[in-house]
Amino acid sequence: MIWLLGLLIGMMLAAAIAVLVLENHIAAVAATSIVSLALSVVFVLLRAPDVAMTEAAVGAGLSSLILALSLRRLGLWQIEGDKHPEIAKEGVDA
Amino acid sequence: MSDPELHWLLYGGAIGLIVIGAAGIVMGKHLFRIILALAIAEAGANLMLVVAGLRPDAVAPIITGGMIPEQMVDPVPQAMVLTAIVIGVGIQALVLSLAIRVYKAYGTLDMREIRLKMAADIDAEAGVDDEVSQEGPAGERPLELPDAVTSGGPGQ
Repeated sequence: MIWLLGLLIGMMLAAAIAVLVLENHIAAVAATSIVSLALSVVFVLLRAPDVAMTEAAVGAGLSSLILALSLRRLGLWQIEGDKHPEIAKEGVDA
Repeated sequence: MSDPELHWLLYGGAIGLIVIGAAGIVMGKHLFRIILALAIAEAGANLMLVVAGLRPDAVAPIITGGMIPEQMVDPVPQAMVLTAIVIGVGIQALVLSLAIRVYKAYGTLDMREIRLKMAADIDAEAGVDDEVSQEGPAGERPLELPDAVTSGGPGQ
């Protein structure tokens, strides 16, 4: 079990560093939800199943939804190579 | 599963998440990254609280069939973490709404540009001209020197 925990904690730390390093904002939001998902599996292994359920539903699900919707509102919803400012403007009006 | 190694691993992971989140909050140049770093620091704090109540040879604190288990994990930190997760998402929604207001007011989310524009706004509200140097003398130049001093000395 300690190997599984080590793998999950390493994944969480790598995703947390990726949040600060990645250029693309959508990828950063995805890395944040990876941290939450790995954390919910760690909670199951630590015998806290109720906390794991809440973390998976609220931390990974609802939080990513809020972050992605606000990305659209902030005009940061840009796919890789999508550098045109007009396309970025469309997200502001939506 | 050896007990000290497991605790070192778990506490190390929790402290690592908190440190990465705090570094992102302090050194972030973009407001959205700062919000994401806040979420990461929150996850690390939750993990640390759950690890604080962990006992390695225990079962989950759930009573099944009226049987109270002998060795249970401490359920109090788990209940508090359950609340903290939901409060964390509320804080995230509040901070994101403030970020949207900042974006509508200033048109950018870069922290340095926001700081410059906020300083210019505050100066404009206070009526201070930010072009004036803080070290320069206030007021006008001193009076003109009399002709006797400028054209010729007392010896002439």
